[in-house]
Amino acid sequence: MAVGFVPLHLSRRGPLLARWTPRTAWPFYGVAALVLFVVIPLGHLAAPAESVWHVSSFTVTLVGKVMCYAIVALAMDLIWGYTGILSLGHGVFFALGGYAMGMYLMRSIGHDGVYRSDLPDFMVFLDWKQYPWYWRFTEHFWYCALLVVLVPGVLAFVFGFFAFRSRIKGVYFSIITQALTYAAMLLFFRNDTGFGGNNGFTDFKRILGYSVTAPQTRTALFVLTGAALLAVLAFARTLVASKLGRVLTAIRDAESRVMFSGYNPLYFKLFVWTASAVICGVAGALYVPQVGIINPSEMSPANSIEIAIWTAVGGRGTLFGPIAGAFVVNLGKSWFTQAFPEYWLFVLGALFILVTLFLPHGLAGLWRRVAR
Amino acid sequence: MSLLSRLGLSLFAAACVLVPLAGAHAAVVPDAIKDLALGEADARDKALSAIVAAGDAAALPFLQSLLDGDIKVQGDNRVYRVTGDQAVDLLTGKAVKPLPADVEEVVVNNRFRRALAGAIAALRLSSSDRALRAAAARALAGGADENTLPAISAALAKEADPEIRASLALTQASIQLASPEAATRLAAVRALAQSDNAATKTLLTALLARRNGAFVEPDASVRSEAARSLREVDSRLLKGDLVARVFSGISLGSILLLAALGLAITYGLMGVINMAHGELIMVGAYATYIVQNLFRQHWPAAFDAYLLAAIPAAFLVSAGVGMMLERTVIRFLYGRPLETLLATWGLSLVLIQTVRTLFGAQNVQVENPSWMSGGVEIMTNVVLPWSRIAIVAFSGLVLTMMWLLLTRTRLGLFVRAVTQIRPMASALGVPTARVDMLAFGLGSGLAGLAGCALSQIGNVGPDLGQSALVDSFMVVVLGGVGQLAGTVAAAFGLGVVNKFLEAWSGAVLAKIAVLVFIVIFIQKRPRGLFALRGRTVEA
Repeated sequence: MAVGFVPLHLSRRGPLLARWTPRTAWPFYGVAALVLFVVIPLGHLAAPAESVWHVSSFTVTLVGKVMCYAIVALAMDLIWGYTGILSLGHGVFFALGGYAMGMYLMRSIGHDGVYRSDLPDFMVFLDWKQYPWYWRFTEHFWYCALLVVLVPGVLAFVFGFFAFRSRIKGVYFSIITQALTYAAMLLFFRNDTGFGGNNGFTDFKRILGYSVTAPQTRTALFVLTGAALLAVLAFARTLVASKLGRVLTAIRDAESRVMFSGYNPLYFKLFVWTASAVICGVAGALYVPQVGIINPSEMSPANSIEIAIWTAVGGRGTLFGPIAGAFVVNLGKSWFTQAFPEYWLFVLGALFILVTLFLPHGLAGLWRRVAR
Repeated sequence: MSLLSRLGLSLFAAACVLVPLAGAHAAVVPDAIKDLALGEADARDKALSAIVAAGDAAALPFLQSLLDGDIKVQGDNRVYRVTGDQAVDLLTGKAVKPLPADVEEVVVNNRFRRALAGAIAALRLSSSDRALRAAAARALAGGADENTLPAISAALAKEADPEIRASLALTQASIQLASPEAATRLAAVRALAQSDNAATKTLLTALLARRNGAFVEPDASVRSEAARSLREVDSRLLKGDLVARVFSGISLGSILLLAALGLAITYGLMGVINMAHGELIMVGAYATYIVQNLFRQHWPAAFDAYLLAAIPAAFLVSAGVGMMLERTVIRFLYGRPLETLLATWGLSLVLIQTVRTLFGAQNVQVENPSWMSGGVEIMTNVVLPWSRIAIVAFSGLVLTMMWLLLTRTRLGLFVRAVTQIRPMASALGVPTARVDMLAFGLGSGLAGLAGCALSQIGNVGPDLGQSALVDSFMVVVLGGVGQLAGTVAAAFGLGVVNKFLEAWSGAVLAKIAVLVFIVIFIQKRPRGLFALRGRTVEA
């Protein structure tokens, strides 16, 4: 009985798919697109500073950052909420995507570093004379963009293939993924790994020739992130509404029965796991130029487990829940760490406890109960 | 003042052997004093050699003063020792005041300084105080020349202490290796083969090296003998190295075991995945810290015994916190492992922040009792620290107690019954809810004991538990859930493997390698090393 896992509380719920029909969702898409693509960009670029419509660069960066988190929360929802596999290592995919983008950004600094060298400052510091082999071609944007997708994708595919093939599941899988991100963090903390050690990558100057701090660039990145969020949402929606999605939920609720019905859960799990990792990588790549830093602490087990709480707060097994969760938790964190820095951990801890005890379906479940 | 009267007496005890007391300056024959303070280089060397050869310990204070620059001369027949504004004429033994104006410094050049230092060390070697002899042997090992060779040989003939003997033999050989005669060098190289001192290796390797195309050692027979000796020393050192590494592996393993034992109960037996386990370890470490402070404040005389009180305190505090968590949060989540995981993670955050608020974010100082410092030397290059030995013994004790508790007591029986078939146990009248609470308390208490042990060898801070958590989970997962034997095997296996990898590839890569190994291992044996075979199937 120790390892048996039946998510009874989940399987007791009613049909999942018909909840947000396309018709009820369209207005939401419309409003979201209006805010993301028109109101905020114009407010940032065109509105004068004293206007009510003005959006400060702090807000743009914050919301952009949180949208990246929301993408990650959606990816987590696909694998946890819909397939029942709790990953405690999604931070590693996010960070790998970020590092891949960071490599390009580091190459774009050119001679503007502190040491005026061809190499990034941290390599000069290590007395390296040339780029290691895995930095080849990273001066090309297209190559790094490829890495953003490929590195998390391949890692997830290989790891997932072996893990799912041996039918590692439940808590076991969670712990193994935690070990994965922990090992990666240790690896990236080493200076000799060639990714800047403790400090990671920072002090970016330009992206595709544009200054990263310019309001136009920031707005462009913001719009891009918003578009990515909506695209991922649309993708997730198509996925969960498809037959494939129904198999995924079936795997979550009764994997043995899925097997007895003639399906091989391996490839279904592998697909959604890899897709989720790639989405995280993309989110990481969008995150780094906006925030301006990537370092190994992104891979700490604590960060990965926080992703789970965004999804849980919002309500797993729903599509808008995780997005709402990412916004509520991160905006709350942003406010709390400024107002009462010493109490944030209490709040976060309490959030973990209270949500699992009293809000198993998250905010989405609460909304449903209130609306009824 | 007895010192002054003794000064007069010692005049007569001049060349006597073994007058190991300070103050006996005039104990040296006046001629020797004159030669050393006033003579030319040759006369100085001769006088020094004579003193060393005679093993005249009474000359020590004079030589030391000479080395320290406290000896002054006047003309070519007066020698004074000056300390502060006191001056003594060493040839007559009378106090001189005031000091004549035309005194001069004794010139002690570098060569003579070395010779003096060697002579002093050689003389100390004949002391009857072991600590003094050991210090002298250490000083000689740093650098000695052939002047001291007779003294060293003489000391070796008498010395009974193995540690001092080994050090002296090495010094002797290294002096002999510089000898111009090939036969002496050959004998020295042969003698070195018996040494198990790591420094021997550098000495022999240096002989075999080439400089400017020519061998450092011109004689071929000495070279081949040196190579043979080197191999012998190498193999002996390797053995010591191996022993040391296995021991440090076992000590790491016993730490892992302590950290994982509690988890083996809460996760292995009860199926509760407790992410706050690391924080319960931390709570135990802080309980030890508090007990230590109480002892220091109220009972400093018994400070060395504070661990005796800290062990039960750590157990009880952690067990109490654990039972509280079980009653308030965890029991509502039985059978929902993923939710338990998240909720207990939240608990861990709350515990960390509570400790930070109470004790500050900085590490706190937990001092070892004095009996834990130092170690026992089982080979010249292997020293086992007492603190590590104590932890190995402690983890063995805890393991035995826990095994007895689980297999020989009523509570153990209940715990096993409830974890195996809960409804049946309940039907037979076992109070399952209480057993759950007690079992969780036991697991938490074990975590507290681990914290008490960890506080003795590492830093105690709010983040202590975070680093311990992943390790302990790895141990339980690798060993096989619900298997004590598996947990033990996994802990010691991981400990030893980790230490060997560490020597080969560095600490961080070793840790990564171990994590990767576990991930791969789980592929092959998804249920761990010692899998339970049964008919249960996951739903």
